[in-house]
Amino acid sequence: MANSASSLQTTPLHGVHEERGARMMEFGGFEMPVQYDSIIDEHMAVRNDAGLFDVSHMGEVLIQGDQALSLVQHLVTNDAETLYDGRAMYTVMCTPDGGIIDDGIVYRRAEDEYLMVLNAANRERDLAWMHDHNPMDATLRDVSTETALLALQGPKALDIAQPFLNDDLDDLSFYHFWEQSDGAFLDCETALISRTGYTGEPGLELYVPAGRARHVWTTLLEAGADRGLTPAGLGARDTLRLEAGLCLHGNDITEEINPYEAQLGWLVKLDKGDFIGREALREIHEHGPERRLVGFMATERGIPRHDDVLQSPTGTAIGVVTSGTQSPLLDAGIGLGYVPNEASYTEPGQSLQVASRRRTFDVDVVEPPFHEKA
Amino acid sequence: MDTPDDLYYTDDHEWLRVENGTATVGITDFAQSELGDIVFVELEPEATELEQDDIFGTVEAVKTVSELYMPVDGTITAVNDELELSPEVVNEDPYGDGWMIEIDLEAPGDAEELMGADAYADVT
Repeated sequence: MANSASSLQTTPLHGVHEERGARMMEFGGFEMPVQYDSIIDEHMAVRNDAGLFDVSHMGEVLIQGDQALSLVQHLVTNDAETLYDGRAMYTVMCTPDGGIIDDGIVYRRAEDEYLMVLNAANRERDLAWMHDHNPMDATLRDVSTETALLALQGPKALDIAQPFLNDDLDDLSFYHFWEQSDGAFLDCETALISRTGYTGEPGLELYVPAGRARHVWTTLLEAGADRGLTPAGLGARDTLRLEAGLCLHGNDITEEINPYEAQLGWLVKLDKGDFIGREALREIHEHGPERRLVGFMATERGIPRHDDVLQSPTGTAIGVVTSGTQSPLLDAGIGLGYVPNEASYTEPGQSLQVASRRRTFDVDVVEPPFHEKA
Repeated sequence: MDTPDDLYYTDDHEWLRVENGTATVGITDFAQSELGDIVFVELEPEATELEQDDIFGTVEAVKTVSELYMPVDGTITAVNDELELSPEVVNEDPYGDGWMIEIDLEAPGDAEELMGADAYADVT
């Protein structure tokens, strides 16, 4: 099963992963480590101690100039007016119909500079969309290639990073960030230290220059080895985000799905002023979505998988599974999927069935995050 | 990747061991490694009569599911029940404690039609 890796992009840490014997796979046009030794071990390391992920495949775009805020406000549903320097927000970017083009984080670095972080698989399409919907002519700069992104996640993550930072990480709240310059953080010319993540655990996302990625990776792994820090691949990243009930674009959210259906209505600020998708979203908000995302957990043996059918307790097809896995923490099948927006399907505790071509098994609707119910 | 010399192999990454008149079937080291952490193994019961390429069970890993195919015609004479409680044994010891079924070969000569270790190593 040799991969034709030739056409795939690689991250600055590709060599490090190969030296470590990682199993590599294609993701978002990149050859990425899916696991180093075991998805379950890496998953549990992040829940109990800490894990270090290379997520340099993510796209980073700078939005600059006098019109920077105006463009951000035009493109995304959340309100960038509420940001200040050092403050970030999660948001989605929608089509005029309200479909989700992508989800990502917007960082305000200065009054005239925002950083937007996008999914690797959508980067080129997102960039084209941003260029095409920029009548205010703000400056857009794709800095994805020159930027490496490492995610240090887990209950011990902040302790492991603390010695490399001058300020106390207790003072860095969730969705806030620090800029570090002139080598202040591990010899990096510049670094952005963000209290964000995709695992449901405390942790940091570290934006560093591509040329310093190996140094940061190696130094952190050595520093954290005695506290159980382990490199973790995209396999564990996926099971962790699913336990935390976080959506994956391409699976749980797509252009065919709007934020209200995806339980992401909190990201839509209809009163912030005009933005792409506003009218359609206002309409959907007024009438309520026809279907919505639910979480569910298997009450018997069975693992939900993407594209399995969700059924009523009597076996009628009512929806589809968009993500599923065996939860390493709960040792049970968990998943996300869409069902009609009716209490009999969406209320926690309701019984549903998951049907694959192999078997049918019972699940209970559960309000994510799943991992906090362990 | 470990591919013992004394086994027969299929394209679908099962192995077959014929020893003292007993034939044992499992999945290869390559297969377990590709699947990653195995969380369920489901096997057809004893006395099931199957033809070559029939499905004799499924393995579910965290990321994926895979069917198991009979390497040759035969009848299942024993099932490794340990795997129900400890499916991870397939990852740890695919050619030993991670065995899956024992079969009574329909035609003992059938095994000779399968790949040897060298041919299998070339495929993987």
